[in-house]
Amino acid sequence: MIATWHPPARNGTAPAEELLVSFDRNRAVRVLVCPAWFDEANKLRRFTVEVMRRLDAAGIDSLLPDLPGCNESLVPLVNQTLDGWSSAMMAAAEALRATHVLAIRAGALVAPSGLPGWHCAPQSGPKLLRGMIRARIIAAREAGLAETSEGLMATGRNSGLVLGGWHIGADLFRALESAEPVLAPGQSAVDQSALGGPGLWLRAEPDEDAGQADRLAALIAESVGMSAA
Amino acid sequence: MTTVPNIDNAAEEAALERELKALIADVLGLDPEQAAAFETDSGLFGHLPELDSMAVAGLLTEMEDRLGIVIEDDDVDGEMLETYGGLLAFARAKLGRA
Repeated sequence: MIATWHPPARNGTAPAEELLVSFDRNRAVRVLVCPAWFDEANKLRRFTVEVMRRLDAAGIDSLLPDLPGCNESLVPLVNQTLDGWSSAMMAAAEALRATHVLAIRAGALVAPSGLPGWHCAPQSGPKLLRGMIRARIIAAREAGLAETSEGLMATGRNSGLVLGGWHIGADLFRALESAEPVLAPGQSAVDQSALGGPGLWLRAEPDEDAGQADRLAALIAESVGMSAA
Repeated sequence: MTTVPNIDNAAEEAALERELKALIADVLGLDPEQAAAFETDSGLFGHLPELDSMAVAGLLTEMEDRLGIVIEDDDVDGEMLETYGGLLAFARAKLGRA
Protein backbone atom coordinates (compact mmCIF):
# COMPACT_ATOMS: atom_id res chain seq x y z
CA MET A 1 0.00 0.00 0.00
CA ILE A 2 2.95 2.35 0.64
CA ALA A 3 5.24 2.43 -2.39
CA THR A 4 7.52 4.87 -4.16
CA TRP A 5 7.70 6.44 -7.60
CA HIS A 6 10.21 8.63 -9.45
CA PRO A 7 9.25 11.96 -11.01
CA PRO A 8 11.35 13.08 -13.98
CA ALA A 9 14.72 14.56 -13.04
CA ARG A 10 14.95 18.32 -13.40
CA ASN A 11 17.95 20.48 -14.24
CA GLY A 12 20.24 17.49 -14.56
CA THR A 13 19.76 16.44 -10.93
CA ALA A 14 19.28 12.81 -9.98
CA PRO A 15 15.59 11.88 -9.77
CA ALA A 16 14.38 11.91 -6.17
CA GLU A 17 12.20 9.13 -4.86
CA GLU A 18 8.66 10.15 -3.87
CA LEU A 19 6.12 8.40 -1.68
CA LEU A 20 2.97 6.82 -3.07
CA VAL A 21 -0.06 5.46 -1.25
CA SER A 22 -1.83 2.95 -3.43
CA PHE A 23 -4.53 0.31 -3.65
CA ASP A 24 -2.96 -1.47 -6.57
CA ARG A 25 -4.27 -4.86 -7.65
CA ASN A 26 -3.61 -4.43 -11.36
CA ARG A 27 -7.26 -3.88 -12.16
CA ALA A 28 -8.68 -2.30 -15.31
CA VAL A 29 -9.62 1.06 -13.80
CA ARG A 30 -6.71 2.87 -12.16
CA VAL A 31 -7.37 6.29 -10.68
CA LEU A 32 -4.51 8.73 -10.16
CA VAL A 33 -5.33 10.96 -7.17
CA CYS A 34 -3.97 14.54 -7.33
CA PRO A 35 -4.19 15.60 -3.69
CA ALA A 36 -5.23 18.93 -2.17
CA TRP A 37 -2.39 21.30 -1.29
CA PHE A 38 -0.75 22.67 1.84
CA ASP A 39 -3.06 23.09 4.83
CA GLU A 40 -5.95 21.59 2.87
CA ALA A 41 -3.83 18.52 2.17
CA ASN A 42 -3.66 17.81 5.91
CA LYS A 43 -7.34 18.43 6.43
CA LEU A 44 -8.38 16.26 3.49
CA ARG A 45 -5.81 13.46 3.78
CA ARG A 46 -8.05 11.08 5.69
CA PHE A 47 -11.03 11.84 3.46
CA THR A 48 -8.84 11.19 0.40
CA VAL A 49 -7.64 7.81 1.65
CA GLU A 50 -11.15 6.88 2.81
CA VAL A 51 -12.39 7.47 -0.75
CA MET A 52 -9.54 5.26 -2.01
CA ARG A 53 -10.54 2.45 0.38
CA ARG A 54 -14.07 2.58 -0.97
CA LEU A 55 -12.84 2.55 -4.57
CA ASP A 56 -10.75 -0.50 -3.70
CA ALA A 57 -13.87 -2.23 -2.36
CA ALA A 58 -15.64 -1.33 -5.61
CA GLY A 59 -12.91 -3.01 -7.66
CA ILE A 60 -11.04 0.15 -8.66
CA ASP A 61 -7.29 0.75 -8.17
CA SER A 62 -6.18 4.13 -6.90
CA LEU A 63 -2.77 5.77 -6.65
CA LEU A 64 -1.96 8.79 -4.51
CA PRO A 65 1.51 10.21 -5.19
CA ASP A 66 3.07 12.99 -3.10
CA LEU A 67 3.62 16.25 -4.92
CA PRO A 68 7.39 16.85 -4.94
CA GLY A 69 8.20 19.10 -1.97
CA CYS A 70 5.02 18.10 -0.07
CA ASN A 71 4.07 15.50 2.54
CA GLU A 72 6.97 12.99 2.86
CA SER A 73 8.96 14.41 -0.06
CA LEU A 74 12.65 15.06 0.51
CA VAL A 75 13.07 17.80 -2.11
CA PRO A 76 12.65 21.43 -0.98
CA LEU A 77 9.18 22.90 -1.52
CA VAL A 78 10.60 26.35 -2.34
CA ASN A 79 12.12 24.98 -5.57
CA GLN A 80 8.83 23.58 -6.90
CA THR A 81 6.93 25.14 -9.80
CA LEU A 82 3.42 24.75 -11.18
CA ASP A 83 4.81 23.34 -14.44
CA GLY A 84 7.05 21.00 -12.47
CA TRP A 85 4.07 19.67 -10.52
CA SER A 86 2.03 19.25 -13.70
CA SER A 87 4.82 17.24 -15.33
CA ALA A 88 5.28 15.23 -12.15
CA MET A 89 1.59 14.29 -12.15
CA MET A 90 1.77 13.47 -15.84
CA ALA A 91 4.83 11.30 -15.24
CA ALA A 92 3.08 9.60 -12.33
CA ALA A 93 0.05 8.90 -14.53
CA GLU A 94 2.29 7.24 -17.10
CA ALA A 95 4.55 5.35 -14.69
CA LEU A 96 1.59 4.05 -12.69
CA ARG A 97 -0.53 3.31 -15.81
CA ALA A 98 -3.43 5.46 -14.60
CA THR A 99 -6.64 5.34 -16.64
CA HIS A 100 -8.48 8.15 -14.78
CA VAL A 101 -7.70 11.10 -12.54
CA LEU A 102 -9.37 12.30 -9.36
CA ALA A 103 -8.15 15.82 -8.51
CA ILE A 104 -9.06 17.30 -5.15
CA ARG A 105 -9.25 21.10 -4.59
CA ALA A 106 -6.06 22.77 -5.92
CA GLY A 107 -4.96 19.36 -7.19
CA ALA A 108 -7.16 20.23 -10.17
CA LEU A 109 -4.51 22.78 -11.22
CA VAL A 110 -2.05 19.97 -12.02
CA ALA A 111 -4.41 17.16 -13.13
CA PRO A 112 -3.11 15.50 -16.33
CA SER A 113 -5.30 16.70 -19.19
CA GLY A 114 -4.94 13.42 -21.05
CA LEU A 115 -6.97 11.41 -18.55
CA PRO A 116 -10.73 11.39 -18.06
CA GLY A 117 -11.88 11.92 -14.50
CA TRP A 118 -13.19 14.25 -11.83
CA HIS A 119 -12.26 17.56 -10.19
CA CYS A 120 -13.61 17.46 -6.65
CA ALA A 121 -14.49 20.97 -5.33
CA PRO A 122 -11.75 22.48 -7.54
CA GLN A 123 -9.87 25.47 -6.14
CA SER A 124 -8.28 28.26 -8.20
CA GLY A 125 -4.78 29.62 -7.61
CA PRO A 126 -5.93 33.17 -6.75
CA LYS A 127 -8.41 31.88 -4.15
CA LEU A 128 -5.80 29.61 -2.62
CA LEU A 129 -3.34 32.51 -2.30
CA ARG A 130 -6.03 34.85 -0.99
CA GLY A 131 -6.94 32.50 1.85
CA MET A 132 -3.32 31.83 2.82
CA ILE A 133 -2.35 35.51 2.68
CA ARG A 134 -5.35 36.44 4.79
CA ALA A 135 -4.33 33.85 7.41
CA ARG A 136 -0.84 35.36 7.47
CA ILE A 137 -2.20 38.91 7.91
CA ILE A 138 -4.47 37.82 10.78
CA ALA A 139 -1.60 36.03 12.52
CA ALA A 140 0.68 39.06 12.00
CA ARG A 141 -1.93 41.40 13.51
CA GLU A 142 -2.15 39.19 16.57
CA ALA A 143 1.62 39.62 16.87
CA GLY A 144 1.30 43.39 16.48
CA LEU A 145 2.71 43.51 12.95
CA ALA A 146 1.02 45.36 10.11
CA GLU A 147 1.17 43.49 6.80
CA THR A 148 -0.97 44.14 3.74
CA SER A 149 -2.14 41.90 0.90
CA GLU A 150 -0.49 44.20 -1.66
CA GLY A 151 2.82 44.14 0.20
CA LEU A 152 2.78 40.37 0.64
CA MET A 153 1.74 39.77 -2.99
CA ALA A 154 4.65 41.93 -4.17
CA THR A 155 7.10 40.04 -1.96
CA GLY A 156 5.68 36.72 -3.11
CA ARG A 157 6.10 37.64 -6.78
CA ASN A 158 9.66 38.84 -6.31
CA SER A 159 11.18 36.47 -3.83
CA GLY A 160 8.57 33.94 -2.74
CA LEU A 161 6.69 33.86 0.57
CA VAL A 162 6.15 31.65 3.58
CA LEU A 163 2.39 31.18 3.98
CA GLY A 164 1.00 29.06 6.78
CA GLY A 165 4.45 27.50 7.18
CA TRP A 166 4.77 26.59 3.50
CA HIS A 167 7.63 28.25 1.64
CA ILE A 168 6.21 29.03 -1.79
CA GLY A 169 8.87 30.06 -4.33
CA ALA A 170 8.44 33.15 -6.52
CA ASP A 171 7.94 31.00 -9.63
CA LEU A 172 5.08 28.97 -8.13
CA PHE A 173 3.62 32.11 -6.52
CA ARG A 174 3.47 34.00 -9.83
CA ALA A 175 1.95 31.02 -11.63
CA LEU A 176 -0.74 30.66 -8.95
CA GLU A 177 -1.85 34.26 -9.37
CA SER A 178 -3.59 33.31 -12.59
CA ALA A 179 -3.96 29.52 -12.34
CA GLU A 180 -7.52 28.28 -12.94
CA PRO A 181 -8.58 24.64 -13.02
CA VAL A 182 -9.48 23.58 -16.56
CA LEU A 183 -11.68 20.59 -17.30
CA ALA A 184 -10.11 18.54 -20.06
CA PRO A 185 -12.28 16.37 -22.33
CA GLY A 186 -13.77 13.53 -20.30
CA GLN A 187 -13.31 15.38 -17.01
CA SER A 188 -16.17 16.72 -14.93
CA ALA A 189 -16.40 18.84 -11.80
CA VAL A 190 -17.95 17.40 -8.64
CA ASP A 191 -19.29 20.23 -6.49
CA GLN A 192 -19.02 19.99 -2.75
CA SER A 193 -22.83 20.11 -2.58
CA ALA A 194 -22.93 16.75 -4.39
CA LEU A 195 -21.12 15.17 -1.43
CA GLY A 196 -23.90 16.06 1.02
CA GLY A 197 -21.86 17.93 3.62
CA PRO A 198 -19.60 20.93 4.18
CA GLY A 199 -16.05 20.84 2.81
CA LEU A 200 -13.71 19.23 5.31
CA TRP A 201 -10.99 21.74 4.34
CA LEU A 202 -13.06 24.36 6.18
CA ARG A 203 -12.67 22.58 9.48
CA ALA A 204 -10.40 24.15 12.05
CA GLU A 205 -9.09 20.65 12.81
CA PRO A 206 -8.72 17.70 10.42
CA ASP A 207 -11.89 15.62 10.48
CA GLU A 208 -13.61 12.90 8.51
CA ASP A 209 -17.05 12.25 7.07
CA ALA A 210 -17.86 8.72 6.01
CA GLY A 211 -20.99 9.86 4.16
CA GLN A 212 -19.03 12.22 1.92
CA ALA A 213 -16.42 9.57 1.16
CA ASP A 214 -19.25 7.11 0.33
CA ARG A 215 -20.84 9.56 -2.08
CA LEU A 216 -17.67 10.52 -3.94
CA ALA A 217 -16.58 6.88 -4.31
CA ALA A 218 -20.08 5.85 -5.47
CA LEU A 219 -20.16 8.66 -7.99
CA ILE A 220 -16.81 7.58 -9.43
CA ALA A 221 -17.69 3.88 -9.41
CA GLU A 222 -20.98 4.60 -11.12
CA SER A 223 -19.44 6.73 -13.85
CA VAL A 224 -16.95 3.98 -14.76
CA GLY A 225 -19.73 1.40 -14.74
CA MET A 226 -18.88 -0.37 -11.48
CA SER A 227 -20.94 -0.41 -8.32
CA ALA A 228 -19.61 0.71 -4.98
CA ALA A 229 -19.49 -2.05 -2.40
CA MET B 1 -45.12 57.58 13.71
CA THR B 2 -43.65 54.22 14.55
CA THR B 3 -42.01 52.02 12.00
CA VAL B 4 -43.50 48.61 11.57
CA PRO B 5 -40.67 46.10 11.09
CA ASN B 6 -40.56 45.11 7.49
CA ILE B 7 -41.29 41.40 7.10
CA ASP B 8 -38.81 41.08 4.28
CA ASN B 9 -36.08 42.58 6.42
CA ALA B 10 -36.86 40.26 9.29
CA ALA B 11 -36.76 37.27 6.94
CA GLU B 12 -33.46 38.45 5.46
CA GLU B 13 -32.01 38.93 8.92
CA ALA B 14 -33.05 35.42 9.95
CA ALA B 15 -31.55 34.01 6.76
CA LEU B 16 -28.27 35.82 7.39
CA GLU B 17 -28.08 34.49 10.95
CA ARG B 18 -28.85 30.98 9.72
CA GLU B 19 -26.15 31.20 7.06
CA LEU B 20 -23.55 32.57 9.47
CA LYS B 21 -24.31 29.98 12.16
CA ALA B 22 -24.18 27.18 9.59
CA LEU B 23 -20.82 28.46 8.43
CA ILE B 24 -19.41 28.52 11.97
CA ALA B 25 -20.78 25.00 12.47
CA ASP B 26 -18.98 23.89 9.29
CA VAL B 27 -15.69 25.39 10.43
CA LEU B 28 -15.86 24.11 14.01
CA GLY B 29 -17.46 20.78 13.14
CA LEU B 30 -20.46 21.52 15.38
CA ASP B 31 -23.96 20.15 15.15
CA PRO B 32 -26.43 22.71 13.79
CA GLU B 33 -28.17 22.81 17.21
CA GLN B 34 -24.91 23.75 18.94
CA ALA B 35 -24.28 26.55 16.47
CA ALA B 36 -27.88 27.71 16.76
CA ALA B 37 -27.17 28.43 20.43
CA PHE B 38 -24.55 31.07 19.53
CA GLU B 39 -25.39 34.42 21.16
CA THR B 40 -24.21 37.93 20.37
CA ASP B 41 -21.47 37.71 22.99
CA SER B 42 -20.38 34.12 22.22
CA GLY B 43 -16.59 34.24 21.86
CA LEU B 44 -14.88 33.30 18.60
CA PHE B 45 -11.25 34.15 17.71
CA GLY B 46 -9.16 34.18 20.87
CA HIS B 47 -11.79 32.19 22.78
CA LEU B 48 -11.88 28.92 20.87
CA PRO B 49 -8.39 27.37 20.66
CA GLU B 50 -9.17 25.52 17.43
CA LEU B 51 -10.14 28.75 15.68
CA ASP B 52 -6.63 29.80 14.64
CA SER B 53 -5.65 32.30 11.95
CA MET B 54 -5.85 29.67 9.19
CA ALA B 55 -9.37 28.62 10.24
CA VAL B 56 -10.49 32.24 10.52
CA ALA B 57 -9.10 32.97 7.06
CA GLY B 58 -11.07 30.00 5.72
CA LEU B 59 -14.19 31.26 7.45
CA LEU B 60 -13.85 34.73 5.93
CA THR B 61 -13.19 33.35 2.45
CA GLU B 62 -16.26 31.14 2.71
CA MET B 63 -18.30 34.12 3.96
CA GLU B 64 -17.28 35.97 0.79
CA ASP B 65 -18.49 33.07 -1.34
CA ARG B 66 -21.74 32.38 0.48
CA LEU B 67 -22.80 35.97 1.14
CA GLY B 68 -21.44 37.42 -2.09
CA ILE B 69 -19.34 40.07 -0.32
CA VAL B 70 -15.68 41.13 -0.59
CA ILE B 71 -13.72 41.43 2.65
CA GLU B 72 -10.74 43.82 2.55
CA ASP B 73 -7.64 43.62 4.77
CA ASP B 74 -8.74 46.72 6.64
CA ASP B 75 -12.14 45.20 7.42
CA VAL B 76 -10.54 42.47 9.49
CA ASP B 77 -10.01 43.57 13.07
CA GLY B 78 -10.14 42.09 16.53
CA GLU B 79 -13.60 43.39 17.31
CA MET B 80 -15.16 41.81 14.24
CA LEU B 81 -13.59 38.42 14.96
CA GLU B 82 -13.94 38.33 18.71
CA THR B 83 -17.61 37.47 19.07
CA TYR B 84 -20.44 36.05 17.02
CA GLY B 85 -22.21 39.41 17.40
CA GLY B 86 -19.18 41.23 15.98
CA LEU B 87 -19.09 38.97 12.93
CA LEU B 88 -22.86 39.31 12.43
CA ALA B 89 -22.69 43.12 12.65
CA PHE B 90 -19.85 43.10 10.13
CA ALA B 91 -21.77 40.88 7.68
CA ARG B 92 -24.85 43.07 8.07
CA ALA B 93 -22.83 46.22 7.35
CA LYS B 94 -21.21 44.63 4.30
CA LEU B 95 -24.61 43.69 2.97
CA GLY B 96 -25.76 47.28 3.48
CA ARG B 97 -28.22 46.42 6.22
CA ALA B 98 -26.57 48.12 9.18
